[in-house]
Amino acid sequence: MSPSEQIIPHGHVLRYTLKERLTHWVAAGAYIYLLMTGLAFWSPWLFWVAVILGGAPLSRMLHPWAGLIFFAAVWNMYVMWAPQMKHTDVDKKWWKAVRYYSTNQDDKMPPAGRYNAGQKFLFWGFFWSAVALLASGVVLWFPERIPWNLRSLRYISVIVHPAAALFTIGLFLIHIYMGVFAERGAFGSVIRGDVSIAFAKRYHPGWYKEIVGDSSTPRK
Amino acid sequence: MSQEILRIQKISGHAGTVPGEDTQREYKVSKLIDTTTCIGCKACEVACMEWNDLPFGETVFNNTYQTMPETRWNYWNLILFNEHEREDGTLMWLMRKNQCMHCAEPGCLAACPADGAIVQYTNGIVDFQQANCIGCGYCITGCPFDIPKMNPKTNRVFKCTLCTDRVSEGLEPACIKSCPTGCLHFGSKDDMKFLAEGRAKQLRDHSNFPNAGVYDPPGVGGTGVIYVLHDATRPELYGGLPKDPRIPWTVKLWKGPLKWLGNVAMVGGLIGLFVHYLRFGPKDRKDEDIHPGGEKS
Repeated sequence: MSPSEQIIPHGHVLRYTLKERLTHWVAAGAYIYLLMTGLAFWSPWLFWVAVILGGAPLSRMLHPWAGLIFFAAVWNMYVMWAPQMKHTDVDKKWWKAVRYYSTNQDDKMPPAGRYNAGQKFLFWGFFWSAVALLASGVVLWFPERIPWNLRSLRYISVIVHPAAALFTIGLFLIHIYMGVFAERGAFGSVIRGDVSIAFAKRYHPGWYKEIVGDSSTPRK
Repeated sequence: MSQEILRIQKISGHAGTVPGEDTQREYKVSKLIDTTTCIGCKACEVACMEWNDLPFGETVFNNTYQTMPETRWNYWNLILFNEHEREDGTLMWLMRKNQCMHCAEPGCLAACPADGAIVQYTNGIVDFQQANCIGCGYCITGCPFDIPKMNPKTNRVFKCTLCTDRVSEGLEPACIKSCPTGCLHFGSKDDMKFLAEGRAKQLRDHSNFPNAGVYDPPGVGGTGVIYVLHDATRPELYGGLPKDPRIPWTVKLWKGPLKWLGNVAMVGGLIGLFVHYLRFGPKDRKDEDIHPGGEKS
């Protein structure tokens, strides 16, 4: 898609293509199921969650399959977005100014591209966690098939899996907070695909320049 | 009587108190296996299958007595045959009846996330409740003795019950009944320890086994199955009996500090974000341009 095609009527600009949105929601759906069933196995206090999802044996059976779907979606994101997620000099400055970002003083932030440094961190955090969760998850899927002399694989997996999951829960909470509550317009963008030009200009000035810079009159 | 013996003192994956916690009415039961008088007749294996009504599985033959390499989900009691060469070059059989050790601090129970799938009665017996089992196999990882085995058809894990049904009626486990040499004993843990120590002393003093001793590993809080070994300093010779069995440290880390830390972080994170929203609110509060479509801002 050429930059000018991304500008759509009524002062809006396309931020996420249909493919990107679908991938996001496949990952989101799978993740939420994984989160709920995973938390049920994590703590006896939350075991009831598995009960309302159809019983813990069913949760145990489907959790690994949901994991495969999640990983496939994350892998697709990697293929689509990895080039855009490279750490740049602007990102270094962004992290130095992150206190302004977290206190809503966005005018003091260095100009972010399509993704700011925080979003890149989220992406790579989820990507590497997904790799760790897949590797440890395969072992936990078939613990009885791991021979006794390779039992250290199981011992590593039982600690890597919850640790990586907890890390993604931290990322997930921030992601939901930013996308749904803090940055209005963000949630709509991953459903309908577009954001207002003002949104693009304000939060992703670098990206805004990229798509509008060469067209003569950006419609507002 | 049976109700008291079956009072539960530990429950896997359980939120809240346990009915039999802190009660001390019952003595701990224990099985004593004297490996020095075992002749490897496998009568205990047959008695186990008979009493527990387990279907027979295929055996293998590779020119040894070991016609089954390890315990199975439907084969809970197995004698491990080990040919040991003594220092003077002579052969010695080290035969060990292998089954669940009924640890005082069971790794299977610690690792299990399913409410009530693994219980420990106040008499010390560790028992799997297949109706509550979810088939995750964490018990397999938690066990330092490689005992829990999964039925691949039902995804439920099984192991020796120490014949809980018989013990609760005042009977001995089936294996004990069948032993022709009297190398198996059953009774209170104190009595069995006394008997075992006496036998070990006899072996040391009169039978030229200076290293004879009792296997009751403290790393898992002691076990409900104890062995008399000719050489207690080298339990590995007896088909890989671990010298110092413990619940894997990663299981302990996961169920201990990580769980604590994770819960604090998750709850703290939720509260933190909520407070952040109350303090700072959404980013575009003052910017009318963000929603030119007329959405409320």
